[in-house]
Amino acid sequence: MPPPRTRGTALRHRLAELRGPDVPAKALDARALAALAANPGCARRAILDGAGVNKAALASALGSPSAFGQSQFALTRGNAFEAKVKADGGAELLRLVHEKLDRTAEPPAEARVPDLTATGPQGRTARTALELREAAAHPGAWTLLDHPMLALDVAGSPAFLEPDAVVVHPDGSWTVVEIKSFPLLDGSADPAKVGAAARQAAVYVLALEELAARVDPSPRVRHRILLVCPRDFSNLPAASAVDIRKQRAVTARQLTRLTRIEDIAETLPEGTCFSPELPADELTAAVESVPATYAPECLSACELAFHCRGRSRETGAVTSLGRPVRAELGGLTTVEDVLAAARGEAGDPGDPAVAALRRAAALRAEALEAACR
Amino acid sequence: MSLISTLARLEAVSTGRAQPAATVRHRHLSDRPLVFVPLITAGEAGAPLGALVGTDRDAPRLLVVPQPRDRDLRFAFLAELADVVLPYVDAYAEVVEAAERTETDPETGKRVKVEVDLCADAPQLIVPSRAGIELVRLLGRSMRFRRTAEQDPEAPYPAPPRVPLLGRWLTHFGERARVPGSSLLLAMTDVLGRHWATGQSTLEDQHLGALLAWIDPPEGLTGAEAALRAELERDAQGQLTCPPAGPATDPAFDNKLLAPAIERYDRARTALAAAEDGLEADDRLGALTAAEREIRDLVLSRTLPTWEKVWQGLDLLRELPVGAHVEERWTRDRWSFTGHRDRVLAGEPPQPRRDDAVTAANKLATREREQARLEAQEALDDPLVMAGRRLSGEAFAGEVTDVVMAYSEGKRPSPRPLVTVRTDDRPHLGERTKVYRSLGGKPQSAEFVGAEEDGASVVLRILDKMGRGKEPEPGSVPEKGDRVCFTLFEHEQRGGAKLPDPEETPWTHGGPPGEATLEAADPVTAEDVL
Repeated sequence: MPPPRTRGTALRHRLAELRGPDVPAKALDARALAALAANPGCARRAILDGAGVNKAALASALGSPSAFGQSQFALTRGNAFEAKVKADGGAELLRLVHEKLDRTAEPPAEARVPDLTATGPQGRTARTALELREAAAHPGAWTLLDHPMLALDVAGSPAFLEPDAVVVHPDGSWTVVEIKSFPLLDGSADPAKVGAAARQAAVYVLALEELAARVDPSPRVRHRILLVCPRDFSNLPAASAVDIRKQRAVTARQLTRLTRIEDIAETLPEGTCFSPELPADELTAAVESVPATYAPECLSACELAFHCRGRSRETGAVTSLGRPVRAELGGLTTVEDVLAAARGEAGDPGDPAVAALRRAAALRAEALEAACR
Repeated sequence: MSLISTLARLEAVSTGRAQPAATVRHRHLSDRPLVFVPLITAGEAGAPLGALVGTDRDAPRLLVVPQPRDRDLRFAFLAELADVVLPYVDAYAEVVEAAERTETDPETGKRVKVEVDLCADAPQLIVPSRAGIELVRLLGRSMRFRRTAEQDPEAPYPAPPRVPLLGRWLTHFGERARVPGSSLLLAMTDVLGRHWATGQSTLEDQHLGALLAWIDPPEGLTGAEAALRAELERDAQGQLTCPPAGPATDPAFDNKLLAPAIERYDRARTALAAAEDGLEADDRLGALTAAEREIRDLVLSRTLPTWEKVWQGLDLLRELPVGAHVEERWTRDRWSFTGHRDRVLAGEPPQPRRDDAVTAANKLATREREQARLEAQEALDDPLVMAGRRLSGEAFAGEVTDVVMAYSEGKRPSPRPLVTVRTDDRPHLGERTKVYRSLGGKPQSAEFVGAEEDGASVVLRILDKMGRGKEPEPGSVPEKGDRVCFTLFEHEQRGGAKLPDPEETPWTHGGPPGEATLEAADPVTAEDVL
């Protein structure tokens, strides 16, 4: 007889069933993190990311392939830049950490760069945790963890994260390093891209803090991360310390508010599966069984956005025109409802949203008529 | 977004076609704009891959960088671009008219009128999307500090002669584009989005193909269908049939078509360099030319559809009647253009990397002032924009129901007639709130006296523009039965407090900037990408 399952293994088992037999779980990558920030209330995204479903493959199987892709030029350039930053045992990277974040410490003449290879995400996470503990046993030394793996509890299931690097300072504190290939031009970079990098780093910081809490004595996880970018038009690294306290607080709050994946999983019909191998109509039914909250922001963050957008438009939801539109219209949620209310065919004239709508429609008609004359 | 434009979007959804968001054209369009459709290499800081550029719709000039990582090829591209852009700019710099400007006399400190040249017209650059404007800025920044062999014989990798000048002009265009209402450099998606409301979100309106599909859908398709096709339709090779307007390319294009073509080009180049005799070299030169031709064709195939769309957009915009204040704003663009022309002619150094405190504060003040001016002028020019202001209580229109003559108290009584206006609008009027109406193009001001009991009529006291006499000049006071429209916002913008000269910058703001020094060029490294 098999041993009785604990809650954790039961959930893991359930999520594996949702993913489909023999489909490996996908780690929570930068895009999934961005989607988490852009639309924390979407149950569909939550369960798919929580179960580690490959949403790009799913979107293609549904017949609405995502438009995301990475150019090999960008990939080559990104990798080349990262390799350059980390070259020579990370000497340049550590120099930047020392200069930007920890000037009072001993300059990093030499650093420990432990090997983190292991099999599977669980293995790599364990290995990373081991090396971080090990680093605590070497006070006064710099340690560079190249592509460590961290686990973070997202809505009740572990998500695996892979920061570009984590540095252990001589005082034992930890710093997250993000390496990006957008340029730092005359000391400033594209704020949207820096913001995205900061949100991403905030998630890594949270994962590290969870890990640090289990180490005795707990090391400090620094709330200023190091963002490394190419300087101006060259390939030389330039770095800037980015304070991510705000992003960290926002993400932490969102994570605690997430509907628990367990609860979403319980509402699904028995036998639901998101394997891209399934026929399209079965998959569509499976995906439709979880409610989505589509907004145009999803287009830049979620692989499934075109599918959800199609559905949203079919039902005539006003949110497909943008969240601010929805906010203006009060209780009216579909295009036909709004237009009928504006034409005076439906709606309660005492409702301020309806009254404003009718005034707007009258003013608009008057202006267009005036222009035609 | 006001409720009126939201309503327009919803109507677009239900009718399947974009709806007007303006009844007149609010931006100046040149008779001879220079259209620039650039592409860049993914992952690099704006390394150009190619561009279509020109003023003739039927004869665009194709510029291509067959290997974007090669500095010489990039310089060749920029030099060619300079050969197109600079003669176009120069043609406008040469034709001037006399104009007056008030300047402070350095000796007496008085404001005096001086006669100066003002360029009779100015160049206009049009790019497909907002990202194109950012690229123009970036190209400007990358070029303006370069040194040519003539300026600095020691410079490693000297730039071709006219490239730094092109950088200064592109910087100026990019900087001007940040001023609201300016038209020296326009992004087609922005201008179209200003004049039409589509049935999709503003985020999706950034896609030029989808935006045009809503405004002018092909026969037999609704805007939504045509837009979806523009966004997603791919051909048998997996390529988008409507390529992105750039400057970024579609990753599928990069990976499937461009990367193999560039690799073939690299191989042909290496082979040519290794050729041992003339005959072999001839053969291999042929192969290299063929490889380059292939990349040119690829770049053309991705830029030509966008080129056509930009011109289609220009056609659509030209059908709209021009707004009354557009010409005035374009004159400001001409002043800006003339000012930069004079700075270049006077041999001033390129725009600095960072502005000093006074310049930065001035720029910010200008943008704020122009934003307010633009909002006021658009409302006055366009009843649809005014409708939005009326809805938000910033303006009201109605019929004059009563005029009572009254006079100011004082030695010389002046006319201060009381006008009752019946309106359905609900303006936010407080005691003695100033309101303005346009009288022959000039603002006439009035103040709010009170509302009638039913709340549908307001009583205003007219304050000015009635002449010097005891009786108001004919036509200067509205009469019973007139339709009038008053605004709560001012029609003309006053300049803010004057800032000190840069030499007088207080220490709190970094102190005087000191001698203007020629900023050093960016250090050149072997791995530069732009």
